[in-house]
Amino acid sequence: MSPLFRCELVPAQHVNLKLGPGLLQVPNSSNIISTRAGALHHSANRSKWWIEGNARRYVPAAQESVVGVVIARSGDGYRVNIGAAHMANLDGLAFEGATKRNKPNLKVGALVYARVSLAHKDMEPELECFDAQTHKSAGFGELKEGFMVRCSLKMCRLLHDPSHFLLPLLGSEFLMEVAVGMNGKVWVYAKELRQIICMSRCIEAVDPDGDGLDELGVKSLLKTLDY
Amino acid sequence: MRPPSPSIPEREFLFTSLKQSLRLDGRQLLEMRRPTITFGTELGWVECSLGKTRVMAAVDAKMVKPPPERPYEGLITIHSEVSPMASPEYEPGRTSDEEVAITRMLDKILRRSDAVDKESLCILAGQRVWHLRLTIHCLADSGNMLDCACLAGIVALKHFRRPEVEVVGNEVTVHPPTERAPLPLSLHHTPLCLTFAFFPESSSRAATSTSSTKTTTVLDPSLLESTLSLGFLHVALNAQRELCVVQKAGGVPLTEDEILPLIKEVAVAKVRELDAFVESRLKEDWEGRKMFVEVR
Repeated sequence: MSPLFRCELVPAQHVNLKLGPGLLQVPNSSNIISTRAGALHHSANRSKWWIEGNARRYVPAAQESVVGVVIARSGDGYRVNIGAAHMANLDGLAFEGATKRNKPNLKVGALVYARVSLAHKDMEPELECFDAQTHKSAGFGELKEGFMVRCSLKMCRLLHDPSHFLLPLLGSEFLMEVAVGMNGKVWVYAKELRQIICMSRCIEAVDPDGDGLDELGVKSLLKTLDY
Repeated sequence: MRPPSPSIPEREFLFTSLKQSLRLDGRQLLEMRRPTITFGTELGWVECSLGKTRVMAAVDAKMVKPPPERPYEGLITIHSEVSPMASPEYEPGRTSDEEVAITRMLDKILRRSDAVDKESLCILAGQRVWHLRLTIHCLADSGNMLDCACLAGIVALKHFRRPEVEVVGNEVTVHPPTERAPLPLSLHHTPLCLTFAFFPESSSRAATSTSSTKTTTVLDPSLLESTLSLGFLHVALNAQRELCVVQKAGGVPLTEDEILPLIKEVAVAKVRELDAFVESRLKEDWEGRKMFVEVR
């Protein structure tokens, strides 16, 4: 409970209480405060609680997938800009099948799809491009060609939602590939340039930070686009 | 920290799509984003936006003693600020190159092109003149902030009204707006700025050195386009086809027959359109205001 604002107290009691993003337990007390603005959500059995808001600046969290730009090589690894306050480190060996002898060679400026493996507030975030258990790529790695669309963090979450209408709708129109990062960056790929432009414009149109179109709005927008 | 440069896929995509005359936001190559102008409750407070680029401008006036070398002229100062609010690429406390460029161009377009009649700002020669202060805040940078800032600045000057003053002998009386309707500034013309960005026809950056490459020209570049372009041409002119400022600071070399058609055909037409839009928006705003204040 913040001392400045008197807000409504929400009772959240559960044997197995889990706090998601935006919530913090005050040290040495049982009180929980919110650390960001947004709507409070909880799971059906009230065991998981989190705050959902919209922001443009990404704060890394472990296990989230992100799209980043390689800024520099440093030693064995790469420095990657993921749009957070600090650069992230990507180890050169954190790829599928990478060995000391055989490492992928990323150029400065390359796009990578990676998972945040370490996100600590006092340390630079670290990325990896494979699944640590299976050592398979699991879809991560360098993203070639295509285009990177920037959107708000809320939009990324919407795109991750399998029940959201946009990606199935676009997928029914043409073949495409998408890599959605949780950091407000979405890589899109299709055969034709016009299709990529169409995807980029649709994502921008649906973004709640922009026009915030619904399904019908996007359908009528698609009619005006030539792809 | 240098602003991060765009990734290779973004660069390749932009160059190949420009080669096919396609732009990411669905515009034609020589098409502007639709500007919007929002007026505040106060006179002289304007917010302009071009796509997602947003700039706020406000004018206020106070009376000062003129400098002795120009006793008959009022003063105009322009304060422009690009804060980290506009984009995380700008750092607080350090002026970026863009900020310097914007400040200098605004000074040239709004102040040195003599848009405002400075002598009409004189109240009592050598004793009292109006000092106009134009404050420009860049709220969001999505490319081409200069054009947006210039539009906001000139609209703010057109929208502003100064209180009426009466001079009897050496006695200056200021009439508050409740007593007498405030007066508009006397403006000689309305300079508007347009920005063209140039791209080489071949996608490699090495093309800068060879002078004879053909270029693709884009009006009102977006953020990605402006970071990847190989040079800008800023043109400020008014609806009467009078050229006020042409600035081309480095970048690709251009020939006369590349620049002249841009100015003579494209820029003139666009500025006319923009000028008509500004006038219609100002008129709409007055219609809404007449109910509350008498405005001259």
